[in-house]
Amino acid sequence: MIREVSVTDVWYLVLAMRWTIFLTLLALSGGGAIGLVVAGCGASGSPVLRTLARGYVGVVQGIPLLVWLFIFYFGLSIMGYSLPAWIAATLGFSVYAGAFLGEIWRGALLSIPKTQWEAGRSIGLRFLEQLRYVIIPQAVRVAIPPTVGFTVQLIKNTSLAAVIGFVELTREGQLTTAATFQPFVVYLIVAALYFSLCYPLTVYSKALERTRRVAR
Amino acid sequence: MAYKFQFRDVFAQQDAIVDGVLTTLELSTAVISLGFLIGVLAATLLVYGKPTVRKIVAGYVEIIRNTPLIVQLFLIFFGLPSLGVKLDVMTASVLALTVNLGAYTAEIVRAGLESVPKSQIEAGISLGLTGRQVFRHVVLLPALKNVYPSLTSQFVLTMLATSVVSQISAAELFHAGSIIQSRTFRDFEVYTVLAVLYLGLSLLMRVGFSACYRILFRR
Repeated sequence: MIREVSVTDVWYLVLAMRWTIFLTLLALSGGGAIGLVVAGCGASGSPVLRTLARGYVGVVQGIPLLVWLFIFYFGLSIMGYSLPAWIAATLGFSVYAGAFLGEIWRGALLSIPKTQWEAGRSIGLRFLEQLRYVIIPQAVRVAIPPTVGFTVQLIKNTSLAAVIGFVELTREGQLTTAATFQPFVVYLIVAALYFSLCYPLTVYSKALERTRRVAR
Repeated sequence: MAYKFQFRDVFAQQDAIVDGVLTTLELSTAVISLGFLIGVLAATLLVYGKPTVRKIVAGYVEIIRNTPLIVQLFLIFFGLPSLGVKLDVMTASVLALTVNLGAYTAEIVRAGLESVPKSQIEAGISLGLTGRQVFRHVVLLPALKNVYPSLTSQFVLTMLATSVVSQISAAELFHAGSIIQSRTFRDFEVYTVLAVLYLGLSLLMRVGFSACYRILFRR
């Protein structure tokens, strides 16, 4: 039955944002774990590990996210697991986020001058202690603004999970459109909701970048 | 794992695959050229425009960069007809992708324009160059050179993002894949083939862009 876009519809769209946020957080944790490994390998001294990290990043960034989602969605089912869409989406987004976060964090690790490592060694710190007390505290400061920036990308990209049937904000918009036949109003609301999630983070990321530049 | 891979069925549909690749290339070429022009124009307005113009362009850039491409596409393709603007699939795809890339390009090129030291511009003026010559030779070209890596990465991302327009049935590579999938039911094989093809296209673009760099910015 066709009906008008009502307050209830808008409320359902707002509620659907929970799933967008949920998926983003899952992807950030999964992608963060992969990203740490990729960054560690990419910044390490071993040429083999560096090549592996570069290969991973190159392959993931050279294939559309949509294709990754379908590979996980169908790939898991042929291996005999029939998993709900949100697990396939989480895996797909984690792989994707892992590559981008890995690149960002590798850059942050490498941005710390070699002399800082040497200074750590000269006061008698072991490798892990140098990493823990000297390098990581500085690298984190460098990494936070681009990581927040990437989170914005991730929030927007979770909209593609709608294509494999995961009901988040965009999918809810499609469902509301099907019921009300008012795509312009509905997608305008959907866009506004995404904007309300992303814009504060964008502003925050830019502010962080500025304060960091001043601190230097 | 008891699953047997059967790529033969997928490769039997090679005509559809080739058509898909060609359409993706055409679409990407159109979008990248148009998006680049819009981006450079927008970046110039962001840096040198009047305050009101600057605000409007900044609004465009922020709205596009903080909402998903697929929602922009749906708004243009499904939403605009209710305002009386009916676009066919390809026009809507090119429009959505171009508007999207334009905003990202604007942000990248703006950073490039701002990276040119003021003393360079003054040096240009003191040599007797006109405003237009200074902009072209002293500001724009070095700016593009500075941001060339991020700019071309964005272009590759845009080529990959053209897969999203399959959701309004534009006949590009991803859509071709979906059709083959529905004909053969070889889901996993189809998307593996798509992955390899997209990877090939993106590698090709990266190689092409680094060759262009040597030609464009050779001194």
